[in-house]
Amino acid sequence: MASDSTVLDYEATPHPEPQTEDDAGVLEHRISRRSFLTQAGAAGVAVSTSPLLAAAEPAAAGPAATDAKAATGTTVPITLSINGEDHHLQLDPRTTLLDCLRENLNLPGTKKGCDHGQCGACTLHVNGRRVNSCLSLALMHAGDKITTIEGLGTPEKLHPMQAAFVEHDAYQCGYCTSGQIMSAVAAVKEPMGPSDDDVKHAMYGNICRCGAYPNIVAAVQHARKQA
Amino acid sequence: MNEFHFNRATTLAQAVQAGAKSSTAQLGATVRFVAGGTNLVDLMKLQVEHPEQVVDINSLPLNKVERVSGGGLRIGALVRNSDLAHDPIVARDYAVLSQALLSGASPQLRNMATTGGNLLQRTRCVYFRDIAHECNKRNPGSGCAAMEGHNRMLAILGTSDSCIATNPSDMNVALTALEATVQIQGVKGQRTVPISEFFLLPGSTPNRETVLEPGDLITSVTLPAPSPGTRSVYLKLRDREAYEFALASAAVVATVDGGTLRHVRVALGGVGTKPWRSAEAEQALEGKPVGSATFRAAAEAALRDAKPRSENAFKVELSKRCLVRALTLATTQA
Repeated sequence: MASDSTVLDYEATPHPEPQTEDDAGVLEHRISRRSFLTQAGAAGVAVSTSPLLAAAEPAAAGPAATDAKAATGTTVPITLSINGEDHHLQLDPRTTLLDCLRENLNLPGTKKGCDHGQCGACTLHVNGRRVNSCLSLALMHAGDKITTIEGLGTPEKLHPMQAAFVEHDAYQCGYCTSGQIMSAVAAVKEPMGPSDDDVKHAMYGNICRCGAYPNIVAAVQHARKQA
Repeated sequence: MNEFHFNRATTLAQAVQAGAKSSTAQLGATVRFVAGGTNLVDLMKLQVEHPEQVVDINSLPLNKVERVSGGGLRIGALVRNSDLAHDPIVARDYAVLSQALLSGASPQLRNMATTGGNLLQRTRCVYFRDIAHECNKRNPGSGCAAMEGHNRMLAILGTSDSCIATNPSDMNVALTALEATVQIQGVKGQRTVPISEFFLLPGSTPNRETVLEPGDLITSVTLPAPSPGTRSVYLKLRDREAYEFALASAAVVATVDGGTLRHVRVALGGVGTKPWRSAEAEQALEGKPVGSATFRAAAEAALRDAKPRSENAFKVELSKRCLVRALTLATTQA
């Protein structure tokens, strides 16, 4: 869209013009980080020297696209139950549960940290139990009930654990946070001792580079009383 | 990750038949079973594993923990590590197994990982896990980058000129001290293998890690009945307090009879190319008086044949002290 390239084509317009009244319709359309970077790439800003924008390829390769087909075209049908809703998909067998949620189902609340089960950012619930979604294949989950952060609560109706994280300032950059919250919600239902050390021990599968640990522990201790 | 066909096995026979199509059950297998996926999917992402077919065995009826006649305990191959660790019978009668499981991985990984999968857990050697480096385990004859490279986390017992990779599992060390047996369903039927025979030393064929043949599927692990009055302990020493593999660990099972050690079983982790049952330590302990002199003599015997490398010589002393501490914990009245 012409008005989009005025805003996003940094090559042509180093300093984007302020939006006119005619652009009101464009402004109302909510732009996410993902859609911004995708459109910027498509508009040709990939040729700029900005490493951030240059890296933003439109999602097309491998199992990333919504109607993903492998190079040989082999996909397998599956119905996945995510947050109480059934999704009928055709998936490349290599698709992890994590990538399926983020790339095929537009549920990017679950984050990819290490992609090797070592950081916990991808933690979500399968049948109520916390797991690392990066090390599970999507096709393994027919018949399972999967809960992601999107299904835990909404901005209007936060889960008590989410509310506790907000109240106790239990995150900084927020990247580990959905994994921390999903992990904590499950942890308080597992055998977990009462002390702060016990909470740390129960949560050690979730790493936080920002070091928000003390506040995470405080949030979990607060919310567990409401479980 | 390479492309592969994915199927879900609904019967044991189906799974065995599918597995039998591979020419090997060892590294390079073209058919792999997936249960938790925590090791297989990890290695597939690294292209260390590249099966053509992945068979999901999660629907098979192998997820029970049940008493068997004679008082032993049969653990289904699909029992999740977390469920096994918290099983009341295991926690009470086989404490070393519960402690070992809870010392490993993370809560999320333990919720996914299974008994069978943990038995087959592969080494964490950085050169094995990086296909850019030569590795005799991945590619026999290609060389071992670890011998003169970063070998701090690698083995000092059971090594060969071809391979010094450690077996990283905590569960396996506990099962070894408990003298577990492994039940396997194969193309020729069912068989039972004592855990002491299940794992292979690397020798000149480090690509062969277990006795499994194509089509073999582990169905259960069975523990013998606990001896009355036995105490057991798993002690794991590592760089961090949690979420890290062992530098050295010890699984000890023992009874104290009037100040004398009886029915002692010792297995070491973090130091062996397979879970390391130490007959040398057991001989130095059986019938001896409880005390630090006895324990230290046993530790010396256990590590006598240790072959340290450039970065892991510290493991010799660390492993000894680990065993002494574990024995102390196991024989001290709570």
